[in-house]
Amino acid sequence: MKRIDNRLGLLSAAPLGLLLLLGFIAPVAVIAGFSIMPQNVFDLAHVPDFSSYPLLVEQGYLKSLFRSLGLALAATALLFVICWPLAYAMAKVFRRFTLVITIAVVISLCVSENIRLFGWALTLMKGGLVDGYLNAWFGGGIGGALYNVPIIVFGLVYVYLPFMLFPLAQGISMIPEDACHAAADLGASRWQIFREIELPLAAPGIMVGSLLTFVLSTGALAESKLLGGQAVVAIATEIETAFSFNQNWPLGSALAMTLILIVSALAIFAISRIDLDAVMGRGRS
Amino acid sequence: MPTEPILRLKGVAKHFGNVRVLDDIDLDIADGEFLTIVGPSGSGKTTLIRLLVGMDSPSTGELWLRDNRIDHIPANKRPTCMVFQSLALFPHRSVGQNIEFPLKVRGVPAAQRRSRALELMSLLRLRDDYYSRSINQCSGGERQRIALARALAFDPEILFFDEPLSALDYRLRKTLEKELKDLHRRTGKTFVYITHSLEEAMVMSDRIAIMRAGQFEQIGSADEIYARPVSRFVAEFMGEVNLFDGHGGEDGGFSGAGVEATVPAEPGAASKPLKPGEKTTLMVRPEFVHFLRPPQSRDYQVRGTLRAEYMLGSRTQYKVEAANGQILTVEKLSEDRIAGAPGDAVVLGWDRQHAHFLNGERA
Repeated sequence: MKRIDNRLGLLSAAPLGLLLLLGFIAPVAVIAGFSIMPQNVFDLAHVPDFSSYPLLVEQGYLKSLFRSLGLALAATALLFVICWPLAYAMAKVFRRFTLVITIAVVISLCVSENIRLFGWALTLMKGGLVDGYLNAWFGGGIGGALYNVPIIVFGLVYVYLPFMLFPLAQGISMIPEDACHAAADLGASRWQIFREIELPLAAPGIMVGSLLTFVLSTGALAESKLLGGQAVVAIATEIETAFSFNQNWPLGSALAMTLILIVSALAIFAISRIDLDAVMGRGRS
Repeated sequence: MPTEPILRLKGVAKHFGNVRVLDDIDLDIADGEFLTIVGPSGSGKTTLIRLLVGMDSPSTGELWLRDNRIDHIPANKRPTCMVFQSLALFPHRSVGQNIEFPLKVRGVPAAQRRSRALELMSLLRLRDDYYSRSINQCSGGERQRIALARALAFDPEILFFDEPLSALDYRLRKTLEKELKDLHRRTGKTFVYITHSLEEAMVMSDRIAIMRAGQFEQIGSADEIYARPVSRFVAEFMGEVNLFDGHGGEDGGFSGAGVEATVPAEPGAASKPLKPGEKTTLMVRPEFVHFLRPPQSRDYQVRGTLRAEYMLGSRTQYKVEAANGQILTVEKLSEDRIAGAPGDAVVLGWDRQHAHFLNGERA
């Protein structure tokens, strides 16, 4: 019986396994292969010389990398602060209304990210919606609000909000209400309850939400391009340019590999710290 | 018992919309007593304890802790604390950290916290090596003790309990009931315990308050309530009971269907005399009812037929059908079992000091 169960498990995992192998592992392996090839080659039949990796330092690509990581970190931190109250309300305060919020947030995902960002660009650009109205009504506008670092962070926060909100709400719903009542009864202030009880008990949700938004933000391209203009070049843009405009696949691959390594190291660290079963509602007790 | 109460409830009421859950409650809780509030579910006892600990505030009425009015002070600013039904231990903290929590939020230094936690653990018979254990590694009984230790670390003026033993198996519950009573004696603190289990209340408490439909039906010692309940509700709630509806006779004694009162002029010593025609209910507990043999007689007698015999361990219970069809309960120590078989005609009897009259029944 046990053996049949095992085989059934393997069988049901097979389609997804195959898909991951072809669609995920294989491309990453190809990228890894290209990243150690000599400059400007277009196939893997060369002697590896690792020449792309030193270029990352010499040509200042690391700066883009750290800038992207910094932007992602800022967006993640902001998202946590913004989403906590809403997620808390969704998990503990609103009842039916939670569904309304969920639908509203999910519906926004039905419109392509680029279109939504273009909307913001049109709204905030010099002579755009906001600036134009201010000019017409008060005779003086704010000029363009685009093409700076804060607007990129805004874009990231705006686009990735659902990815923080839902895991956070899930995490908060795992906090037993009695634990908070007991803490208050034992003399804890609202802030102490947050720090000592809610934050640690919602940690799995916080980890998942932060990880999702951080990983997505580091790979984000559209926000820095559409809202940021040339003010900041994100690492994703550098990778794209290396592959397309520069026609230097090994350099692009090396950049991609570096990003993948850093992000997956973070992801593995975070996942090893949390109990995924608990997040999925399968407690061990 | 000292005269000044530690906690005083004055006309406390709570309604949710049109539903009156608590109805104008007055109660004095004496310093150092073990008071148990007992009631069936829906009687309002959970609402009451939420008000007492500060998780909710009364719609009307006042709560006084010694000389301070506390009914609108939130739970975290009250010098009282509660052991929750779920225990509400912090699953992400170790045993030691759980116990130290109230000290930590007060800013007590770590070394001092630790020594106090270990002190409390030894008071509650938890081994020292539990200090760094995870809550998930502890058994049900150990968790009870941890929750108690955490509450005691708070050093509350009054310790409230919201049925913390209800989830445990019978034997462990019995052990912990006695431990709790012992702990009450050793700490000298005021304990207020809420439960739906009368057995729990009887074992532990100095006083029992019986709740029904948002009010106290009767407050008194276990003996008092058991022997002299004020109503049919309390009588039945306090265990097996035989009740006979009737009224005061011409001679001031009891007159009821199927009951032969041989000493009618002088009713039970514990009750006041009956007025002729006054509606009343005669109550007698099963253990005071005897099977009579022909020459014997008692103050009150009932004829009937033995229907069933149940062995309850140390006691044996009999069901007897009276002439009018009412089923009566008799209990004897198992060593005093009678030689009778179902279908036998029997005569039951009891004395006036064990008869109690329920007058003024509440609707």
